Amino acid sequence: MTTTPPCFDEMLISQDQVRDPYSDYYDWFSKEDLKRLRLKSAEAEAFFRKIGITFNVYGQDEADERLIPFDIVPRIISSREWARLERGIDQRVRAINAFLHDIYHRQEILRAGRIPAELIARNAAFLPEMMGVNPPGGVYSHIAGIDLVRTGEDDFFVLEDNVRTPSGVSYMLENRETMLQMFPELFTRMKIRPVSAYPRLLRRSLSNCAPENSPNRKPVVAVLTPGIHNSAYFEHAFLADQMGAELVESTDLSVVDGRIAMRTTQGFQPVDVIYRRVDDAYLDPLNFNPESLLGVPGIMDVYRAGNITLANAPGTGIADDKALYSYMPDIIEFYTGEQAILKNVPTWRCSEADSLAYVLEHLSELVVKEVHGSGGYGMLVGPAANKKELSDFEAKLRAKPANYIAQPTLALSTVPILAKSGLAPRHVDLRPFVLVSPNKIDITPGGLTRVALKQGSLVVNSSQGGGTKDTWVLGD
Amino acid sequence: MMLGKTAGGLFWMFRYLERAENTARLLEAGWHMALNRSSTASNEWQSVVTTAGVLNAYNQKHDEFSASRVIDFLLRDKDNPSSVMNSIDLARSNARQVRTALSSEVWEATNECWMILKQELARPVAERNLHDLLSTIRYRTSVVRGALYGTMLRNDIFAFSRLGTFLERADNTARILDVKYYLLLPSASFVGSSIDNVQWEVILHSVSAQRSYRWLHGGDISAQGIVDFLVFDRRMPRSLAFCAAETVRYLEQLEQEYGTRQESQILAERMSERMSQNTIESVFQNGLHEFLAEFIADTTQLAKHIEQDFSFYG
Repeated sequence: MTTTPPCFDEMLISQDQVRDPYSDYYDWFSKEDLKRLRLKSAEAEAFFRKIGITFNVYGQDEADERLIPFDIVPRIISSREWARLERGIDQRVRAINAFLHDIYHRQEILRAGRIPAELIARNAAFLPEMMGVNPPGGVYSHIAGIDLVRTGEDDFFVLEDNVRTPSGVSYMLENRETMLQMFPELFTRMKIRPVSAYPRLLRRSLSNCAPENSPNRKPVVAVLTPGIHNSAYFEHAFLADQMGAELVESTDLSVVDGRIAMRTTQGFQPVDVIYRRVDDAYLDPLNFNPESLLGVPGIMDVYRAGNITLANAPGTGIADDKALYSYMPDIIEFYTGEQAILKNVPTWRCSEADSLAYVLEHLSELVVKEVHGSGGYGMLVGPAANKKELSDFEAKLRAKPANYIAQPTLALSTVPILAKSGLAPRHVDLRPFVLVSPNKIDITPGGLTRVALKQGSLVVNSSQGGGTKDTWVLGD
Repeated sequence: MMLGKTAGGLFWMFRYLERAENTARLLEAGWHMALNRSSTASNEWQSVVTTAGVLNAYNQKHDEFSASRVIDFLLRDKDNPSSVMNSIDLARSNARQVRTALSSEVWEATNECWMILKQELARPVAERNLHDLLSTIRYRTSVVRGALYGTMLRNDIFAFSRLGTFLERADNTARILDVKYYLLLPSASFVGSSIDNVQWEVILHSVSAQRSYRWLHGGDISAQGIVDFLVFDRRMPRSLAFCAAETVRYLEQLEQEYGTRQESQILAERMSERMSQNTIESVFQNGLHEFLAEFIADTTQLAKHIEQDFSFYG
């Protein structure tokens, strides 16, 4: 879809006026030879292929491993801008963990009438099996990725809270590594906050949540992957490697003497923390999906007994469900007593008759999302849809209005990419990564910037032609 | 501490790399021979396919043995489970599986080997490019080996990698000898004149040992000499005795590291002892084919035991 400029560009205010955070970079860039930069760009791609940072696109031939395109122009955020985002993210993630604890215990927020009870009870993301369960360390969402978009100098919105198994952090780390190798001079010249502590912090926050009754001297951490055919397998292997954790599949795990243990060359070794990169439904065929080959039979019983830490906890999906998204400002206020620092995108709940009527009337202007969808699938971008698509979607919407929410089409900010003709603005979003320990929240400065490489496009998903950029947060 | 699956992945990764290399070498020998021959070489191409252990799969697809068909089948046919491309594919997918156990150099060398061969083997290889391609295979697999030697810890990871290599290699050398055993019978060498020099070259060439054989034995090429060299000579890195001794060595290393002696180690020691107690004379007396068949069966058995002893699979 195309938008009509002007949108907010994060680098250029006008042809010859550069926004502050970009001024050093722009100085450097203007003196660079475009040919050299294009060469660097090709180098980066070869580098990514060689180390195998590829992903598999679902439904494609397994041999067809794709690269997520990488753009060499960084996205730059000032320290003041970041400080505010950080406060907002911190508040949001604290509220989400408090909400999860409440919703799986006394459900005060429902009693107070702040959220309709049926939104929880009839939601597939709500796991009744988690009622009354106390996760080790009291943390539900150990790892979160909060998707942010920007529309103006001070206008940031949270588009989505990813608190199940957010992915993309390996790209954040490898993008930085690539930039450091290609443009060391920029890192000498500018003060850019490092991101490299992430794997160490991840290991630490996972270890800090290990069960207290562990037989191991030091917490044993494992990353649970669905296997090498999963689209994010590279990231699973990468994180296990960087953390010095084991990379396991469910077939490596069994319940032994009431604990989860992995099959090693010397027998079974108890595991304390599992950073699982499989969905709830595939966690335990005994307790959830009996068809699943991916799970560990009985793992939920071990979990309920407090003998294993699962990160993220089962059932966290209720907090980032799109049907609940519009209640986030209330949730934040309810648990923190503060107003939300980061704004929500205005949202129409199609389950409500008035909203539905409005949405149907303005379908061609809105973005309509399925409440359980992800990855940009099952979504209507009104301004980009043709008549047939609109009328097809209208039928779906009328049939099951409660399955949908609608939002205005936001004029996402742009950051330039290196295109054939030089710098060219493209729409971006931002996914900062958050780690939650029992007493601490760590937010890595920056995160993953996703960029829609097609001119005018607003869809940044890698499965639909999006790329990534390195994200720089400037030091004070 | 290592996952059983990881041990299995390393073992198979290096088995498949060794297999790819051996297949390439076998092809090179066959090719060399075909070029040095005036009459039809179809019998020889058949023996190349037999040695590669894929005769059944080949026969299901083709009804004659020609250079271009055999070359394509061994290099890139998807229906040939041991084709170079399939082996490299499997080596890499095992490497991906065990990525966290590999140094980044080893992983990158494996991944690059795969990327290059995938491109080179996307289409049938023209005869004029065969030589270069075979060198590429040998070169790229050597880079992986070099990275393994230069960058990996000498612990259980290394031991399982090497066990895969030596079991595959032992099996390969034994099969080469077994397919050619009729040429190596004493009766043939007594007849003397009937020995085809090209054939000897093929055997030595397919284990990359022409030069080392000549270094040790001068121009004196005999059946006994070759069998002795490829079976019993512990200086020769592809001989059965060498592979058996290395297998014992790495199983001993695992015993030390893990503090447990496993069934597989006893088996390997028995195999290796049989090597040092046997002589070339007794082998010829009791039948070379029988000897080799037993050795191949023992290797298969040993691989099974290693799988069980170290819990490769559930």
